[in-house]
Parts: sequence; structure tokens; C-alpha cells
Amino acid sequence: MTNAILTGLMLGGMYALIAMGLTLQYGVARIMNLSYGEVLIAAAFGAQGLFTGWALSPFAGLAFVIPVAFLLNLAIYRVLLSPLVRRARTRDALEVDSILATFGLAFILQGIMLSMFGGAYYSYSYLASPVHLFGETIAANRLAALAVCILLGGSLYLALTQTRGGTAIRAVAVDPAAAQLVAIDVARTAAFTFALGGALVASAGVLISTFLTFSATSGVVFTMKALIVVVMGGVGNMLGCLVAGLLLGVSEALVASLIDPGLTLAVNFALFLVVLLVKPAGLFGRASR
Amino acid sequence: MNARLATFALLTAAGLSLMAMVPYLANAYWLALGISLLQYTVLATAWGLFSGPTRYVSLATTAFFGVGAYTVAVLGEALPWPVVLAVAAMLGAALAVLVGLSTLRLSGVYFVIFTFGLAELIRQLVVWFEVNKSHVLGRYVFVPVTQALIYWQLLALAAAVFALGWLIARSRLGFALRIIGEDETVATHCGINTTIAKVTLFVISATVMTLVGAVMAPRWTYIEPSIAFNAMISFQVLIMALLGGAHRLWGPVLGAVPLTLLFELLSANFPNTFTIILGCIFLVIVYLLPRGVVGLIERRRETSVPVQRRLPA
Amino acid sequence: MTTSTTRRALLLAAVLAAGAGFATAAAAQTSIKIGYVLSRTGPNTGGAAVTTLPNYEMWAKEVNDAGGIKLGEKRVPIEIVAYDDRSSAEEAVRGIERLINQDKVDFILPPWGTGLNLAVGPILAREGYPHLAATAVTDKAPELAKRWPNSFWLLGTSTGAAEALVDLLVKLRDEKKIGDTVAMVAIADGFGIDLSTAARPALTKAKFKLAYDKSYPIGTQDLAPIINDVKALNPDVFVAFSYPPDTLALTEQSRIAGFNPKIFYTGVGTAFPLFNQKFGKNTEGVMGIGGWSGDSAAIKDYLARHKAARNGAEPDRWASAVTYSSLQILQQAIERVGKVDRAAVIKELQTGSFDTVIGKVKFENNLPTRYWWVGQWQGGDFYGVAPAGNVGARAAIVPKPAWVAP
Repeated sequence: MTNAILTGLMLGGMYALIAMGLTLQYGVARIMNLSYGEVLIAAAFGAQGLFTGWALSPFAGLAFVIPVAFLLNLAIYRVLLSPLVRRARTRDALEVDSILATFGLAFILQGIMLSMFGGAYYSYSYLASPVHLFGETIAANRLAALAVCILLGGSLYLALTQTRGGTAIRAVAVDPAAAQLVAIDVARTAAFTFALGGALVASAGVLISTFLTFSATSGVVFTMKALIVVVMGGVGNMLGCLVAGLLLGVSEALVASLIDPGLTLAVNFALFLVVLLVKPAGLFGRASR
Repeated sequence: MNARLATFALLTAAGLSLMAMVPYLANAYWLALGISLLQYTVLATAWGLFSGPTRYVSLATTAFFGVGAYTVAVLGEALPWPVVLAVAAMLGAALAVLVGLSTLRLSGVYFVIFTFGLAELIRQLVVWFEVNKSHVLGRYVFVPVTQALIYWQLLALAAAVFALGWLIARSRLGFALRIIGEDETVATHCGINTTIAKVTLFVISATVMTLVGAVMAPRWTYIEPSIAFNAMISFQVLIMALLGGAHRLWGPVLGAVPLTLLFELLSANFPNTFTIILGCIFLVIVYLLPRGVVGLIERRRETSVPVQRRLPA
Repeated sequence: MTTSTTRRALLLAAVLAAGAGFATAAAAQTSIKIGYVLSRTGPNTGGAAVTTLPNYEMWAKEVNDAGGIKLGEKRVPIEIVAYDDRSSAEEAVRGIERLINQDKVDFILPPWGTGLNLAVGPILAREGYPHLAATAVTDKAPELAKRWPNSFWLLGTSTGAAEALVDLLVKLRDEKKIGDTVAMVAIADGFGIDLSTAARPALTKAKFKLAYDKSYPIGTQDLAPIINDVKALNPDVFVAFSYPPDTLALTEQSRIAGFNPKIFYTGVGTAFPLFNQKFGKNTEGVMGIGGWSGDSAAIKDYLARHKAARNGAEPDRWASAVTYSSLQILQQAIERVGKVDRAAVIKELQTGSFDTVIGKVKFENNLPTRYWWVGQWQGGDFYGVAPAGNVGARAAIVPKPAWVAP
């Protein structure tokens, strides 16, 4: 039981980690980013390359991957997405446009990775050693991912709620039109937040590459997982993201050891559906927008 | 007006009978392409039937498609073909009622991801059932249905879905839905039972999708959940309909046909760079066709009409 | 790259045909057109990219470097037409129809995986193309071979796989090397369920105690709960009918949890070179599905050629060699017939015997008579250990040595 909860927390931390970037990109920058998982996989390839090529630890690799991802995502937003944002008259129109555009972007990123790395599976071992915690044995790399997730999520939560810039970001998330009236540069804030989301998902990619097997085509799995967590927690809500991720992780681990590992994903989806039926805007979402 | 209607009906009948001749004229490859075109045309149009007027973006296409395919996998050899189709349609409709009633209070992205989760849940449950109860995963479908027959069934479905859409648009239901699409609160105040209207439309759309799955299943011999409940189907249909323009009955087909042909052309000529080229084309389309293919045509009309008017004067 | 060479070859063929004039062009075959549809994108890519694509490309190059396939007195080059099925049954079916009707290919190489091979089976049968399925494991193989006489199922049946494994376990128990508790997990997909369904009665019949018997869905991202539960039961034998990502995850998790049963057996992916890259010394004693006679000269030569042709990349130690052999078999059958006569080639496949990198192959009722079902990592390479009667079978190392720190 303790073991199942511990494993569940770590798995949940991973879910929250991969979803945090999306909750910013979708909640604040209003881009429903279907190429999200591809960015994650690209970062995983980056970490793998740094590790096998230059024996650079993935945690040191973060220092390299995060700024690169931030700048790349900023460029993507400025070049590809801001014309759509400027053109869109309603939020619905932007949603449709961003779905189509990022779907195309996902194809491009995947195609580039396929031509660079082929379709084969990649995996390497880093920090794959046992750690003893509360009398249970768990994997060090997964524990590290959970720690980084809590660290990143916690500091982002504080930054969003306690700082001026964070308040501006939240204002844009709630109502971009009204935010403009109080002298917030909505376009810049949105671009910054999108890039920040990209940097977050890249760090998630680096961390999970230490324990998950990935290939150039496995991005879509993470996109969908992230969307589920984001929606379940309430779009744009950091805390909701964390809680939803942990809830999914713990329920999955509990079902696996108490009921049947064959039902884990079914229970995950059922839990998600039930949450939405009870709270149509997610756990921490506002009732209507 | 009546004369126009008659001409239209005649043209449609002529077009349909011409299309029905394809299996006699084309080789297996062109027939297969025809099947693909019809499949996506029907799916995208059925998708637009519900999502166009209500503006709910659904990713549940594959759930209904898969239910249809699985019905054939389970019952295909036990029952006569028309009965199998009827059972599939009923299952799809029943599922749609259930889903419709429970989900339509969700809005925006919550509905989108809910429908995605639903499709995955159904797939997981089918897998679990097959693994633990029937101990087979992957069923073999040896139903004596020829490719030509699949084509004709799809053609009939296509005709039916367009006829349905046309009828709905002219019915009280269609009128009610247009009001809901404009403003749901106003619709409620007008005394429209929005839930019944939306669920009815959802059920119609879902039943058509289920039938497409059932009709297509014999083509693959082998059905397993990853084939029947392939999430890519949902995405492709969504993209096709959005690209064509879901707010018109004939919009989705304008996305489905060119995209199917594009996929085919690219995968035949650029097997290695297929994904990159496809992605670039997508981006170009989004920038150049902000309102879908329909929007392009409508804009042409708007700009060309005044010109024509000016000419005689 | 393939496209441009194909284009050039096409152009060449067209020029040759025009130069030779219509009548002679029809009479004399100037090239053999071979097509295939493979998963270049989508979830099947990982398997196809390791096992199938390298062998198809390598074989085509080798044949053309040698002057081509021998038809009668002269050699004719092969032209390749390749499409992507995007891991979808519908695309695979349509791709095959395009190859047959538009490209008018002379022969077709099969797609990757059980599902897609079954999906394209009916068309290949209807059009009379030889179908050498080298990456499909299905219990229906004998029945399908009867239904589609053009089809050959080189990887055999899941019952065969399960029974070979159980036979090995029985032998080891008789030698008092293992006890009789078995824990079994399977991925909830065609492969895993077929195998576990076949293994269950075989294990019960052999009086093994099945302490754990569960499945897990595709896409499960943490298998720690399973390993922890299994470890608590302390079985002698751990059997996982898994796919590559979970094969790696189960092995890693077992090492972390210190779960070290006497026999540790995992599914697809154990025989991949990636497994060795990831686990290094920890591979020692790990058993898995597949295997090959790694000591044979033919296999050593194949391995060297594969590495040279694929920029150092190694083939997996199971279906890769079988896939390459299927191509050798096809080539030999065509050469013996001496012309592009598909019916005659099918007949030759059914009756002839062929020299391949996996040894001599002769089909009986369209199925080979020998398979490798259990392999084991020994001293840094993966060797076949069961069935023990196979040429080149090594003795199994039991119990498995303890995991070491990486």
C-alpha cells in the first residue's frame, strides 16, 4: 500500500510535470498546442544526445536545453502563431486556427526527428539506482523527476501569485481584453508565457528521458496525456495541474496493485470523465469563461 | 424554384448513378481510393452535421467508428449482413444518447478532451473485456463482402447523410439549432429544448459514423482495438471538417476530398519526407484559408456578385 | 534517397524499354519491380525501423551490387517502390492495391507486424502474390496458410512459442534448477494475449503454479506496481510477453527493486541491440523471445554485413535474420523459376528448400519446421537456447546471475 502510493505519487508527479507547460500555453497564451508532445520528445533526444555523446548528465543538460527551448518556442510563437492571434476575432476562431496550425507543426517536428533519428526506440540509463524511502525501494530517476516537478511547480505557483509579472500573466489568462485596459502588454505577456511553457515541457522531456523509452513518433501520447491533466485540473491553473496529475498517478498505481493492472488506463479515463461531469470546468477551473 | 429543385434532383441522381458505376470502370486501386474518399466524406459530413451548428468540437469519431467495426468483428459471421448493420447502428445510437445526455453541459475545450477521453475509455474497456472474458485480442473477420459492395454501401451512406443534412436544415430542428449556435441563452428563452435538439443531432451524426465503421471493417480481415479505435481517425476527420468549413453542409466534403487526395499524393511520391511536407502544407492552408475552403468560396461570391450587378447598369 | 534512386532506375528502365522497342521489351524482362508498404510513421515505426526496413534496403542494395536477380542466363536489377502505411490497416491495404494496380510491381514484400500482415493477406491472395510474412506471430497461421496458399508464416504460432518456453521450464525443473512458481504478465495487445492464452494451459498441464497472471494496457508508463507485487510473491520464473518499451521498463524496474528470479524472461525488444546498450553487464542471463544461432558462420557474416550497411547499427537477434532469410528465399525461388511467374514462384516456395542465414529452410504446409523461441543474453550477445534440438542451440544459464550496479 505505501509502495503503491509512493509509486503513484512519482507517476503523478511525472504527469503533472508534462502538463505544466501546456497549462501555461493553453491557459494564458490561448494556444491549443498539438505539437506539445513533439517538443517534449525533441528535448528527450537532446538529453540523450548530450548524455551519450558528451557524457553530460541530463540535469546539467537542463541548463542547456531550457534556454534553447525557451528561445525556440518564443520564435515559434512570434513567427507562426502571433499572426493567428492577431487575426482571430473570437476565442473560438483562435482555437480552430491553433489546432490546425500546431497540428501541422507537429508533423513538421516529427518529420525532422524521423529524418534525424529514424523511427527506432531510444533509451539510456541514468540514475537508475534504487533509493530507500519509508522502507520501500524506488527508482532514483523517477524520484528526481518528482522533486524537480514540485520545485518547478511550486516556484511557478509562487511567481504567478506573488509577483507583479505573475499577476499580469494571470490577468491575461482571465481576460485578455480587460488586461489591456490596465496597461498590460498582452501580446508580450502571451509570447513570454508560451515560451515559458515550452521551456517547461522541454525540461519534462529531459527528465523523463532518463526512465522512459521514446521514439520520434511517440510525441502524441504525451500531448494527449498533458491535455487530459490540464483539462481535469482546470485550464491555466498550476495547482490544478499538480493535483490532477497526482490524482491520476496515485489512482493508477492503486488500481494496478489492488485491482488489476489491465484496468489502470480505463480507471484513469473514467476518473477524468467523472471529474468533468461533476465539475464541468475542471477541479480548479472557474464555472464559465 | 420548383424547376431549380427538379434540376438539382436530376443532377444529383445523375451524379450518383455515375459514381455508382465506378466499381465497373476502375481498377482495384482507384476503387480503394474511392472508398477512402467516401469514407472521409461521410465521416466529416456527419461530424459537421453536429459540430457545425452547435460548435461543439468532438474527438469521439473513432469511438463510434470503432463500435461499428467491433460489432462486425463479433457478429459478422453469426448474423446476416443487414442485421449486423442494424445492430451496429442501434449500439452506436444508444451510446450516443448516453454520451450526449451526460456531456452536453460541458463547453469548449472541456468537451473536446472529454470526447477524446471517452473514446480512449471505450477502447480500454473493450481491451479489458477481450483479454479477461473472451481471451482473444484481435478478431478475424471473414465476411464475404466485396470491395465494390463496400463502395456502394458508403455511397449510399453519403447520399443519406447529405439528404439528412438537407432535411434537418429545413426542419424545425435545424431552425432551433441555428438559434442555439448563435446564442444558446436566447434559444432557451425562445422555448427551445436545447438538450433534446442537441442530443438528437448528436445521435444522428454518431449513428452514421458507427455505420461507416461497420461497413469498412470487412476490408481489413483483422480487427483489434488499436485498428478500430485509432485516434488518428478522430483527428483527421476533425481537421478535414474544419478545413472545409463546418458551418455549411457541403463544407466538410471540400476538406475531406482534397486532403485525402493530398495524403495519397504525398505518401506515394515522398515516402520519406511525407510528414514534413504535409506539415508545411497545413501551415500554408491555415494562413491562406482563414475560414476554410467554404470561406474562400463565399468570399469569391461576395466579391463577384456586385461586379455582376454593376455590369447591366 | 530511395525515391531518387527509384526515379533514376525508372527512367533508366523507360529509356531501355524505348530503345529496345515494344515487342522485345515485353518479351525480355529488363528489371524486376519490387514494392513494399512499411510503417514509417505512427506507433509501429519502432518495430519496423529495427527489424524490417534495414533488411529490405540492405538486401535490395546487395542484390543490385551483384548485378541483380538471375533470370535464366542474365541478371536483372531490382527496382524498389516504397510507401508508408502510417501504421494503419487501411493505408496498408490501399498501398498494396496501389503497388499492384498502379505500379504493376512484380513482387511485394510484406508490411511489419501481425495486424498489418493479416490486413493485406486477402489482396495478396486474390492477386496471387507470394506473401512471406516474417514479422507475424499468429495461432491462425496454419488456417491462414490453407485459406491463402500464397502465404507463408515464418515466425510461427504463439502456441509454438508458449510450448517451447514451457518445455524448457519443465526440463530445468527436472534438473532441479528451478522450482515451480511462475509469475506471468502480458501486454493487452494481440501479441501478449495470444501468447499468455497459449502459455496458461501449457503451464497448468505441466503442473506449474501460476502465482501471478495479469495483463497491462499499451502505453502504461510505470510498471513498478507490477514488479513490486510480483517480487512479493517470490516466484522462480518471471515471464513477460511485452513490447519493446515495457520490456526495457520491466527489466529496469526489476533491477531497481532487486527482483532477481531464477529465470527472467521478457518479450519483444529483449533481442534488440538497444537492450544491450541500455543494460550492458546486466543483460547476462536475461531470457527473451526469439534468438538465433549466433555461433554460426552465416549469422556472423550477416551481422557484419548489416553493421557495414547500416552505419554500425546491429539487427535484432530474432525477426531481423528471419526477415532477411525471407528475402533470400524469395530470391532463390524466383531464380529457380527463371522468370516473373508468380504462380510458379509460389509453387517453388511450397516445395523447395532454401539456403539462408538462419540455415536451411523448407516449408511444410507453408510453415517452416524450425523456430527459435527462447534466447538468452550470454557474455554480451543474445543466443538461441530453445528448442534445444535446433542446430546451434546453447545451454541455458540458470539461475540468472544477480543484477549488478550499472
